[in-house]
Amino acid sequence: MGAVVAENVRRSFDGREVLAGIDLTIGPGEFVALLGRSGSGKSTLLRAMAGLDSGYTGRLRVPGKRSVVFQEHRLLPWKRVLDNVTLGLRNATAQGRAALGEVGLAQHERAWPVTLSGGEAQRVALARALVREPDLLLLDEPFGALDALTRIRMHALLQELCGKHEPAVFLVTHDVDEAILLASRVLVLSANGRLALDLPVDLPAGRDRGTPGFAALRARLLTELGVSEEPAGVSVAR
Amino acid sequence: MALTQATGAAAPPLVDASAIHRPRTLLVKLPRPVRRAGGPLLLLLLWQLLGDGRILAPPSAVLAAGWELAETGELGVHLLASLTRVAQGLALGIAAGVLFAVLAGLFRSGEDLLDSSLQILRALPTLGLLPLVIIWFGVGELPKVALVAYGTMFPVYINTYAAIRGVDAKHVESGQTFGLGRAGLIRHVILPGAVPGFLVGLRFALTSSWLIMIIAEQLNATSGIGYLMNQAQSWYRTDIIVLGLLIYGVLGLGADVLVRFLERRLLTWRHGFGGA
Repeated sequence: MGAVVAENVRRSFDGREVLAGIDLTIGPGEFVALLGRSGSGKSTLLRAMAGLDSGYTGRLRVPGKRSVVFQEHRLLPWKRVLDNVTLGLRNATAQGRAALGEVGLAQHERAWPVTLSGGEAQRVALARALVREPDLLLLDEPFGALDALTRIRMHALLQELCGKHEPAVFLVTHDVDEAILLASRVLVLSANGRLALDLPVDLPAGRDRGTPGFAALRARLLTELGVSEEPAGVSVAR
Repeated sequence: MALTQATGAAAPPLVDASAIHRPRTLLVKLPRPVRRAGGPLLLLLLWQLLGDGRILAPPSAVLAAGWELAETGELGVHLLASLTRVAQGLALGIAAGVLFAVLAGLFRSGEDLLDSSLQILRALPTLGLLPLVIIWFGVGELPKVALVAYGTMFPVYINTYAAIRGVDAKHVESGQTFGLGRAGLIRHVILPGAVPGFLVGLRFALTSSWLIMIIAEQLNATSGIGYLMNQAQSWYRTDIIVLGLLIYGVLGLGADVLVRFLERRLLTWRHGFGGA
């Protein structure tokens, strides 16, 4: 039994089918990344898994304990950092503090969200997701709005925390490198609303862009996404 | 200093970067409340110099009248009467405005039922209702309180309702994903998000409450500041008339201070642009 089981999930908006029969099983503790061009329905699938969209047809089973981190931090501006982390939980102050400590923001628990930097706010959002000990962690381009340096640090933090808490992770991203670096399995959602590719990432832990096999996998994924690799040394899709 | 002059371009004249947008230092040294009081004080001074007892009594005469009325206890009685009416009317008006705003803001059926009716009623001039209110409630305290309540309900309703509808759907959504039920969403997301709008409505409500009170008390009352002023008119006592206006003004200013205080307390999370 998986953490996510999707059978023939379909979703249309105004007659346009963005999900045209998705079959997918995500195992417990598995880190899956979903790639796709913008507008391909990646976020639609994630929102269905999050329970934010009930307009799909087919069968979609998800765990009761799940959390979401969106591209924007979506912290409530009128609640202090700690209250945002423990939102909707009872007597969770101690766990909230521990989660803030894990993302390195223990000293900011009384701060207002508006005073945080983009990276800090996203770390609070991560703490808010993880304090619930989710069985499924849904990440909707969570690092898309961050600068490149902050993104690298967030990747490391996410890997560390996922290693510790071991939720199943479903990461939606348009960043091929990010998908290969973080996930143990990469999916590509094609423009016709089907999963065009489902590949395991058979690369050692602690991999980077120089790891053998990285470039080949990257080229394959980019081809699937319809981007032709440019001459060596030029970064694409960044 | 080693300057590399790669081209033959002439160095432009330089200015100190910190001087480009430095706030002007005029009056800045004084504490904020003192600066806010400066304008009105200057106006008072001018008026004292030009004032004339028969047309417009100068501030000294107004103060003397105030002292006289305070000593007899008359002023306290009238002030208390006015304050009580405004407070009661405001309390009712704010409560009704918030209640309707929450009902119309949260529920589609509430909106259908309430919003159009309230928008129609809002178009009626509040003071135009005075004859009807007198027929319904007589000439006691009730008609005045009712008018103030009626007039203050709309600004509170309109602004709070708009603010509830303006709460970012993304915040509502994130509340939902983190396990907030309907009551939790209202309490943690929607109502706190509507507070800024409510405070705007409150500000308008306080202003209109005094406006309504002035008229209501002059037309039909046996106590209150408006009554005092109306009596003074019969005796050509411009000092007492001005005293009444002054009291209305001070009360209005006090209301403003109250809202500012509430804003500081309730909106500490908004570190927006605070004015230069």
